[in-house]
Amino acid sequence: MTDARADAGAQSYEGEVLPPPTVRVGPLRWLRENLFSSWWNSLLTVGALALLYVVGKGVLPWALAEADWAVIPASLKLLLVGFYPEGELWRVWTVLFLVLGLLGLSAGLWGKLLREAAVIVGSALLVLLGVLLLADWGERLRVGGLALTLFGGMGLGWLLRLRVAPPRQRPWKRVLILCWFFLPVAVVLLLGGIPGSGLLAGVPRTQWGGLLLTFALAVVSIVLCFPLGVLLALGRQSSLPVIRWAAILYIEVIRGVPLVTVLFMASLMLPLFLPSGWRVDNIIRAITAFTLFTAAYIAENVRGGLQAIPKGQIEAAQALGLGPVLTTFLVVLPQALRAVIPANVGQFISLFKDTSLVFIVPLMDFLGIALDIIENPKWGGPAREMLLFVALVYWFFTYFMSHMSRRLERALGVGER
Amino acid sequence: MAKNERDPIIVAEDVHKWFGNFHALRGISLTVRRGEVVVICGPSGSGKSTFIRTINRLEEHQRGRIVVDGIELTNDLRNIEAIRREIGMVFQQFNLFPHLTVLQNITLAPIWVRKMRRSEAEKLAMELLERVGIPEQAHKYPGQLSGGQQQRVAIARALAMQPKIMLFDEPTSALDPEMIKEVLDVMRELARSGMTMIVVTHEMGFAREVADRIVFFDEGRLVEEAPPEEFFHNPKHERTKLFLSQILQH
Ligand SMILES: Nc1ncnc2c1ncn2[C@@H]1O[C@H](COP(=O)(O)OP(=O)(O)OP(=O)(O)O)[C@@H](O)[C@H]1O
Ligand SMILES: [Mg+2]
Repeated sequence: MTDARADAGAQSYEGEVLPPPTVRVGPLRWLRENLFSSWWNSLLTVGALALLYVVGKGVLPWALAEADWAVIPASLKLLLVGFYPEGELWRVWTVLFLVLGLLGLSAGLWGKLLREAAVIVGSALLVLLGVLLLADWGERLRVGGLALTLFGGMGLGWLLRLRVAPPRQRPWKRVLILCWFFLPVAVVLLLGGIPGSGLLAGVPRTQWGGLLLTFALAVVSIVLCFPLGVLLALGRQSSLPVIRWAAILYIEVIRGVPLVTVLFMASLMLPLFLPSGWRVDNIIRAITAFTLFTAAYIAENVRGGLQAIPKGQIEAAQALGLGPVLTTFLVVLPQALRAVIPANVGQFISLFKDTSLVFIVPLMDFLGIALDIIENPKWGGPAREMLLFVALVYWFFTYFMSHMSRRLERALGVGER
Repeated sequence: MAKNERDPIIVAEDVHKWFGNFHALRGISLTVRRGEVVVICGPSGSGKSTFIRTINRLEEHQRGRIVVDGIELTNDLRNIEAIRREIGMVFQQFNLFPHLTVLQNITLAPIWVRKMRRSEAEKLAMELLERVGIPEQAHKYPGQLSGGQQQRVAIARALAMQPKIMLFDEPTSALDPEMIKEVLDVMRELARSGMTMIVVTHEMGFAREVADRIVFFDEGRLVEEAPPEEFFHNPKHERTKLFLSQILQH
């Protein structure tokens, strides 16, 4: 006993490396530090508790006893996929299996953030669909299968990472990245079908709707508006006056116009710009509007990031012999984009919610279908239940996005100045 | 062959530079031979940084001629990029890329500019880190290193392009005293290996020991140019004497 202590003492005396002390925080101490650290904070805590009590007292009894939630499982198919033909629903399932399988594999192989994302998505899927909403055992089974694909994929990827030496993991990672790259094509072909081929009958895009449509609009618009926004931001900094003025004109015009107007323009005026033979369906019109609109805001965010890069960074790159293009893509943009992750994700979240404006075009997205159901006399107007559910779903996805953005920011921030 | 007989690698003739109306360089002529170490000193604002930055065209000169390794600096972009590949530069503020690890900082230019294979570039980078004494820091980010370590990485990064000339702009001015030595040691070793170097510094001990020639700048002019012995013991110009008396007091 004394020996051991003498040893420990001698060790630290000689400057051996010691583990950092672990600090345990008891619940009382946590309360005192976080909720009652000053009289002002105590007041806020008590006030917040009172508010929670009042709201909870109003809402909870209604939500648990009076509300008729039956409308949601009953109209779930409409809410999720709109008027997608019943007989072709297997395609939607296949897409889900593809996406989740890929997500699982990537999460296992790369770990970290992707793993967290996969776990959140998987648990939400199981709880929401598997337990709460789907009554049909066949569908529950399929949801179980989805979860199994996700977590199975994760296990597989994880095994690969454990068993295969890092350099030999590279080809696997490359294959996965390639898969992600082609995923959108596969999804569009699967969901839209290949008209004229015997294999996959075409599903007219007028029949896409609900959450599926909301997702399609948001994901495609986000993927397109980001590079466009970055190009605009670079254009705005260009030393060529023509490019600079064009970028400024575009950004300022778009930012001076409400999104609703851009949507109207896209639905009413796009045909005027196109050759007369061309027919553009409503989904593409809406995506065009969202992309053009959000790109202007992304451009402004990115410009902020570009301006924050110290001149020394560019000089160091030039001194190494990197030309203007390499300097931009290897040194400036990676730092600038990192700095504006929160602002850009905020923009994506806005875009995700703003897709609900597509009733203008017109299209039936998640909210549109929900409103339609509320107005249907068959249900006697279950407005509260429906809107609460819709709000919850929007909240879940937006919160998920902002949570992942914060994590991404922290993960990329390692070792920053 | 003595150094003063070797062929010149940098020739600057009557170089002028204006910032707006301000005449920052007023006719600088300087020749540096292969393997020579030239130290530039002078009061703040005398144009030392501006001059060495014209050598790799971070600043453009408006009159006169600069020829580096046989190539004249003109507006021709290909010339500029060719010359920058031959010249390494180390800055006062390090200017490491904070989003890349130490290893990635060093391999970036060899991979993208010299088109070196990644494995080859990494091997070279590890050798250079060994040379500057911090191989164990290869996978850290610059923000996790001390100032002296960062500056040594910056030197390794410049050396990775296998330059013929190294420019140093006050490489130790942003460092705490105990880190200055570790950076100067690396530079000393580099000078001994035969690298052509132009060093702007106020480290007079280093200048005395390593420099072949010391050059004194004042108000955009090259006032005096002499080997260290002569420069310190027998300066010709009043301005140089005043500067030396100020700087050697500390
Ligand atoms: N980009 C610029 N625009 C305008 N004036 C400049 C610019 N860069 C330098 N100058 C001016 O040119 C003069 C020379 O500057 P320089 O940085 O070369 O001095 P220096 O000798 O390196 O000084 P220090 O020891 O402080 O680094 C200074 O008066 C400075 O104010
Ligand atoms: Mg200077």
